[in-house]
Amino acid sequence: MIKLNRSDYEKILAHAKNEAPVEACGLVAGEISGNDKIIKKVYILTNVDHAEEHFTLDPKEQLMAIKDMRANGLVPLGNWHSHPVSPSRPSDEDKRLAYDSSASYMILSLMDDEPVLNSFHIEGDKAEKEELVIEQD
Amino acid sequence: MTITVAGVKKEVNDGLTVAQLVIDEKVETPQYVTVTINDDFVENSQFEEAVLHDGDSVEFLYFMGGGQ
Repeated sequence: MIKLNRSDYEKILAHAKNEAPVEACGLVAGEISGNDKIIKKVYILTNVDHAEEHFTLDPKEQLMAIKDMRANGLVPLGNWHSHPVSPSRPSDEDKRLAYDSSASYMILSLMDDEPVLNSFHIEGDKAEKEELVIEQD
Repeated sequence: MTITVAGVKKEVNDGLTVAQLVIDEKVETPQYVTVTINDDFVENSQFEEAVLHDGDSVEFLYFMGGGQ
């Protein structure tokens, strides 16, 4: 299970809507408790591709985020990105570029009126949906 | 000499290269990992030549990207 606070979800959603039709992206960090990942902080990063169908996290911002996580006693839990006009599921490219099998890959779809956020474990060409719980702060 | 790898201090041999450190640290898919030394990015093509020095701080960053 992966847990996300409502306010952090709203932060991701607001940024993704603001960036659309360009894909938005970032990192999530927090704690691991047993089999659960608890997100304590969401990072908004620049999509250096500035593209509607691709994203690449800015490596310099990624480095700053990793240092911030360490300074705050948090561990990297994964990343998130938006699909402005496609479903909340990993594309073939998402799977091909998912090099860290320990990470959670969160995808926010804005294609319908109601946004959809899912989280996935990706290993090779297999993607498995993780149980995602959005909690009130 | 002492270097810091991903926030953890380690004793390593003098003259250690980034390429050897990547092997020693068992980095997965190293071709998709970016390395920084003291916040300076090291190109993958320079891993063999990049020699670490006492007090250096090294980070491994996985490439993160995709597309819909």
